Amino acid sequence: MTTALFFLFAGLAIASAISLVYHKNPLYSAISLVGVLISLACIYVTLAAPFIAAVQILIYAGAIMVLVVFVIMLLNLDEDKPFNRLRYLYLVGGILGVVLLAQTFFIFYAVMRAPKQAVNVDETVGRTLSIGSAMFTEYLLPVEIVGILLLMAIVGSVILARRFQQPKLELIVDNEMEKRNENDKAMI
Amino acid sequence: MEPSLATYLALSGILFTIGTVGVIFKRNALGMFMCIELMLNAVNLTFVAFSRYYADVTGQLFVFMVMSVAAAEAAVGLGIIIAFFRNRESIDVDDASILKN
Repeated sequence: MTTALFFLFAGLAIASAISLVYHKNPLYSAISLVGVLISLACIYVTLAAPFIAAVQILIYAGAIMVLVVFVIMLLNLDEDKPFNRLRYLYLVGGILGVVLLAQTFFIFYAVMRAPKQAVNVDETVGRTLSIGSAMFTEYLLPVEIVGILLLMAIVGSVILARRFQQPKLELIVDNEMEKRNENDKAMI
Repeated sequence: MEPSLATYLALSGILFTIGTVGVIFKRNALGMFMCIELMLNAVNLTFVAFSRYYADVTGQLFVFMVMSVAAAEAAVGLGIIIAFFRNRESIDVDDASILKN
């Protein structure tokens, strides 16, 4: 049962990932990415990690993808054009992809050949209770650092996306000159 | 009968490869951003698979950290993309070759 579900969602994830790279329209890519994220959440469930699966749906498929789709709508983009001057990158990308895939299957082969270790079936590991207690005892410092990082990210993105409105220097000078002229007339 | 650790690692490797090739093939900054998210997810899958295999909660905890960093990256990256679009009227990475405005 678990194997069947795994292969179903693995196929779905790979198909959605290929569709993500294939489509030129960013909105289609975003929808494909949502497909990948939800399939991965289902795979996490087969790995007995329900907390991570829920967080995957909430943070990735919920928050981050809504942000991405919102930016796509905001920018009103054209379709992706083909390369005009970096044409050799197709070759580089193809070679890199083949090398990475070869490495993947080498690892697959090596892990399959390694002596089988009995899987520790400890069902309590993925529960929210065990993750929470580890998070607030043993790993308290990393959690605090991540909190500060998120605060920095919020402030930084607000500053980056803000529209800078600097008053024009000439306008200031003109206003000042007018005021002085009026003052001079009043004096006379 | 559960799928073995190697199967999960193979799926993760395939997803990571697709993400890498996508980062190189896409010229759209948003497309590159989404491919990077795909690569992060592939790595998360290895974390969870090893966490299951060794019955250790640390892997899942660091998946949580990776997700937080991805959220921060999304906020800052999309801010940069919006600022870039405002200056250049495009988010083509070829147009970002000159830093000087």
